Amino acid sequence: MTLPARAGLGFKPQHFAQIVASPPTVGFFEVHAENYLGAGGAPHVMLETLHRDHALSVHGVGLSIGGDRIDAAHLARIKALCDRHQPESFSEHLAWSSHGNEFLNDLLPLPYTAATLDRVVAHVDQVQTALGRRLLLENPATYVVFADSDIPETEFLAQIAARSGCGLLLDVNNVFVSCTNHRTDPLAYLDAFPLHLVAEIHLGGHEAEDLPSGPLLIDSHGAEVADPVWALFAHVLHRTGPLPSLVEWDTDVPDWPVLMAEAQRAERVLSHEARHAAA
Amino acid sequence: MQPHDPVARFRGVISGADVPPGLLASPPDEVAQRVAVYRNNVAHSLAQALARRYPVVQRLVGAEFFAAMAAPFCAAHPPRSPVLQEWGGAFPGFLAGFAPVAGLPYLPDVARIEWARGLAYHAADATSLAPEHLTADRPLALHPSLRLLRLSHPAISIWQANQPGGTGLCRATGPEIALIWRSADFQVPVLALTPQDAALIEALLRGLPLTKAAAGCDPVPVLALLLRNTLVCKGIPE
Repeated sequence: MTLPARAGLGFKPQHFAQIVASPPTVGFFEVHAENYLGAGGAPHVMLETLHRDHALSVHGVGLSIGGDRIDAAHLARIKALCDRHQPESFSEHLAWSSHGNEFLNDLLPLPYTAATLDRVVAHVDQVQTALGRRLLLENPATYVVFADSDIPETEFLAQIAARSGCGLLLDVNNVFVSCTNHRTDPLAYLDAFPLHLVAEIHLGGHEAEDLPSGPLLIDSHGAEVADPVWALFAHVLHRTGPLPSLVEWDTDVPDWPVLMAEAQRAERVLSHEARHAAA
Repeated sequence: MQPHDPVARFRGVISGADVPPGLLASPPDEVAQRVAVYRNNVAHSLAQALARRYPVVQRLVGAEFFAAMAAPFCAAHPPRSPVLQEWGGAFPGFLAGFAPVAGLPYLPDVARIEWARGLAYHAADATSLAPEHLTADRPLALHPSLRLLRLSHPAISIWQANQPGGTGLCRATGPEIALIWRSADFQVPVLALTPQDAALIEALLRGLPLTKAAAGCDPVPVLALLLRNTLVCKGIPE
C-alpha cells in the first residue's frame, strides 16, 4: 500500500463537484488530517468517494512531533481516521505546534541537538506504534535557526529515520525557502539529504518579502510553484527516479483548472525523469 | 518543564515577548523580522480560522474590525486542540461581553447560529427511520445534527439577509427560535419555528414520547417536518 510515483493534489472541498464530474488524471489526493476528524457528514463521504478512484495521503499538521509531548487523545483520533479510511500514506512534520494545552497553529522550529533528536525519535516511535504504520516526516520551512543546533538538518532527519524506521517527505519548496532565508545553497542541502529515504515530495508556492539583506521567503502555499523550485524538483528526481509528488495550495485556493495545470506540470517532469531513468 | 526546553523558550515570542537569546538569522540583525513571520503566521491563521467559522459576523462588522476582534479573543480563548473546526465555541459569549460591539446586541445570537451550523455539519451520521416504524409511546431518536436555539434577537432574519449576495437589510424585530440540522445532501438549513412547535421539539429532544410531548397540541406539522427531512432516526437516544 503506497502512493503511486505520480503527481498528486491537495484536495479542497470546493473542487469536489468538478472532480466527481470529470475525474482528473492525478495519482493521488492529499488532505490535512485535522480537517477530517469530525464524527460524520460530508467530509468523510468526500474522502470515501475520492479514495475509490485515487490513492489517498493523510498529512497531519497538529501532532507536534517536536513538542514536549504527543497529545494522546489527538493521536487516538488520527488513528481512528487512518483506520476508517486506510490511506496509502500518513505524514507529519519535523516541527512543533502545541505547548502545554495550547495549540499555536503553525509549524514552529526546533534546535537540532542530541536532546531534541531523542525526543523526536521517541515521538515518531509513539505515533508509528499507535497507528501501526510507517510515518513520513517532512523537512520544515524555517525563518530562524537556534544557536545551540549542532547537527545539520539533513543529518538530523537521517538519524530520526535510522533510529525510528520512519520515511521522509522531502518538501522541495521548504528546501528553497529555508536555504534562501539562511543564505545557504539548496543544491548543497540536497546533496547532503538522505534521498534514498524519500517516499514523497511536496511542491508549493511561497511569498517573498524584501529585507535589507535580501529576500525573506515565506512558505505560504498560496501561489504557483516558483521556477527555481521546479528546477530543484527535477534535480531531485534525476537522482531518485519518479516519486509521488504533491502540489500544495492551501491559501487563496485557485479554481480547479489552475490547480490541475500545476499537477500536469509536475506530471511532465515526472515522465521526463521516468524516460531518463529507463534510457 | 525544563528551563532549557526549546519549545518553552520560543513560546513567549509568539505572544509578542522579546526575542530570547539563542536564535540566529543571517544576517543576525534581522532576527526580529524572521521571528515576526512565526508570530504573524499564528495570529493570521487563527483569525482566518475564526472568520471561516463566523462569516456572517465578519460581514456584519467588516473584515478589518473582525481581525482586530480576533486578537483579544485568541488571547482569552486559545485553541486547546489542533482540530480548529472545534475551536471558537466561546465566541458568542465573548461578543456578548465585548464593549466595542455593544451597539450590535444581536451579534452574539448570529454567532450562536453560525456555531450551531458548524456542529451540525460535522455531527455523527445516523440512519433515518421509515415513517411506518414510528411509535407514539416511546422516545424518538432525533438526528445527532439537530439543534434548537432560542434567540433574543431576530438573528435568523439577520443571518439570512447577510448570506453571500444578500442585501443585508432586515426589518424583523423581536426574538426568534431556530431549528438547525444537516440535510441528507449535507446542507445546513436554518428554519424559524413557532413557539408551539419549538416546545414540542424540545420535549422530544428531552426524550419524552410523542404522546406526552404533544401535551394537547397538534403534533402533525412537527412530525411532518421531521420526517420530511429524515430527522427521526433508528435507535433510542441515550
